[in-house]
Amino acid sequence: MQIGRVMGNVVCTIKNDPLEGKKLLLVQPLDKDGKDVGKVFVALDAVGAGAGETVYWCRGREASMPWYPDQEVPTEATIVGIIDEIHLA
Amino acid sequence: MLIGKVIGDVVATQKHSSHEGLKILYVQLLNLNGSARGNPILAMDAVDAGVGDQVLVTQEGWSAMTSIGRPFSPIDMSVIGVIDHVELE
Repeated sequence: MQIGRVMGNVVCTIKNDPLEGKKLLLVQPLDKDGKDVGKVFVALDAVGAGAGETVYWCRGREASMPWYPDQEVPTEATIVGIIDEIHLA
Repeated sequence: MLIGKVIGDVVATQKHSSHEGLKILYVQLLNLNGSARGNPILAMDAVDAGVGDQVLVTQEGWSAMTSIGRPFSPIDMSVIGVIDHVELE
């Protein structure tokens, strides 16, 4: 999993059926100082995250697990937690 | 698998139900010379590792999920060993 900030969302009217009713969010990955690192990408939301929140996401096949086995959802990145605090040593 | 160092942990109240009760470690992956290998990642703890430990990290989803006893959950990385030392020939 990795840490990022939600920048906004993406709206698709036409989409693969299992994506119906799910939120597509824009995510900016962050480094350990909370600064932007790398490029913004689109992730599916599994926890009700919104713009401005610090979140963590899961990538790959595992990203579709929040809906498995009820639905086979096409996603390569899914937000699975909203971060309250980061404790750095 | 990759070698990393636990640099902190993360608290998230709102998260996928399968993540309840798990320790989320903030891990800096390392090169053999000890330099940082990319941006730090989040990995679920399967071995009760702590801050400062040098650890073994799996990036393979099924291994990550099963190592912490949560198959079919959105988890893509876990800490599966605490490294005593690395022997380089």
